[in-house]
Amino acid sequence: MPQQTPLYQQHLMAKAKMVDFAGWEMPIHYGSQLEEHHQVRRDAGMFDVSHMVVLDLTGPAITDFLRRLLANDVARLNASPGRALYSCMLNERGGVIDDLIVYFMHDNGYRMVLNAATRDKDLAWIAQQATAFEVSIRERDDLAMIAVQGPNARDKTAKALGEALAPAIALKPFFAVKSAMMCGDELFVARTGYTGEDGFEIMLPAARAGDAWTALLAAGVAPIGLGARDTLRLEAGMNLYGQDMDEDTSPLEAGLAWTVAFEPAERDFIGRAALDAQRKTGPARKLVGLMLDGRGVLRAHQKVVSTAGEGETTSGSFSPTLGQAIALARVPASAGQTCEVEIRGKRLPARIVKYPFVRHGQPCITYTQTL
Amino acid sequence: MSNIPSELKYTKSHEWVRIEGDGTATVGISDHAQTLLGDMVFVELPEPGAALEAGEECAVVESVKAASDVYTPLSGKVVAANELLEDAPETVNTDAYNDGWLFRIRLEDEAELKELLDAEAYAELVAEEDH
Repeated sequence: MPQQTPLYQQHLMAKAKMVDFAGWEMPIHYGSQLEEHHQVRRDAGMFDVSHMVVLDLTGPAITDFLRRLLANDVARLNASPGRALYSCMLNERGGVIDDLIVYFMHDNGYRMVLNAATRDKDLAWIAQQATAFEVSIRERDDLAMIAVQGPNARDKTAKALGEALAPAIALKPFFAVKSAMMCGDELFVARTGYTGEDGFEIMLPAARAGDAWTALLAAGVAPIGLGARDTLRLEAGMNLYGQDMDEDTSPLEAGLAWTVAFEPAERDFIGRAALDAQRKTGPARKLVGLMLDGRGVLRAHQKVVSTAGEGETTSGSFSPTLGQAIALARVPASAGQTCEVEIRGKRLPARIVKYPFVRHGQPCITYTQTL
Repeated sequence: MSNIPSELKYTKSHEWVRIEGDGTATVGISDHAQTLLGDMVFVELPEPGAALEAGEECAVVESVKAASDVYTPLSGKVVAANELLEDAPETVNTDAYNDGWLFRIRLEDEAELKELLDAEAYAELVAEEDH
């Protein structure tokens, strides 16, 4: 039996089409994936992301532990309360076990948000690595999480949650703050997201989630399903774990080199030796953006043919904002600016581009059609 | 509830067929099928003049979610394809049985018509799939 989030009833009331996702019964859409996509780009939408894994990590050795566990360096957070960092968690081969966000909460305390689909292996890996450190790890499955995203997301969230949100109004991007709701229940608000739009990710006690959702609805924030979540993140050029990278892909081959802190050189994070070696020779493959020249739809696992050799699309869809097909693809490192993608036995010309494709509602690919 | 017009014929793979009076038949996908697929973003149609065999894959409808093959329920030569769908594939969602038609075929073998489901039989099939 799939698990249900604290917002399950709200989804049914909003006429969601529910699907099994990573063992959770989740809304794929509430009628139209396309309209939900545009709603987030143009106004404000909310996602139930309560299935994601929240860990609170504490202990005198927690910073040392995380500097070993993660490819990015939590020292970059400068001990600023609420500051967030995106990182990969690697195996010894430099492959990605999961990608995550880690927040500095206070001295000796961090909060981490991981993918639902990788929960069991993540927890096992973290526990195994933690044995050498004095740390304690608490899974916060008592919390629900709502992401509110879009150009009007922050205004509408402020309207919906009132006083409780006041401390979050002045948050800078990639910062979070704790606040109190009615009855002193804790609210954790982060100015982060997975859509390329401004907004908040809000963690709150499960028992409060329904009321918050209802208040957001009343403030004009529309519910958005996992379908639009995927096209939004793809347009924003954000990797999806298990699709764009996995345990056999290094961050250097997944467009995530910027998330690996090679300095200071003496920090010995898990996977470092493998990445150092790969950096010396240069990774054989790279992650690129693709745009199909003509009509058609790119999907994951289509063959990509370039002059430098073959590759494969890792994520693909029709981009609702651009009105044409886009994809992320792993191709040989020396691939140039054009390629062909094999769709149902036909090879169609595509452009290799730098992503993101869309940011803050605007296309950000300069793309000239050859006539 | 799905919209299943009684004057049309249907297939198990969710195409509909309208027998025109002039020896041709129009083919599309059912309201049930378009609901399952969701927002349509691309339609690939057979070329007019193409000779098709009943049961052959001859078109593709793609929604944001997925691509789905369309099979011709009847054998014959394609006499027209719905060019409107090139720029407005969402018509398949908004008007599956009229403006959202896919292609028209010249009937070759009237006996094939007997293989098609009537509206009642198709409604039963849809009801079964929903459970």
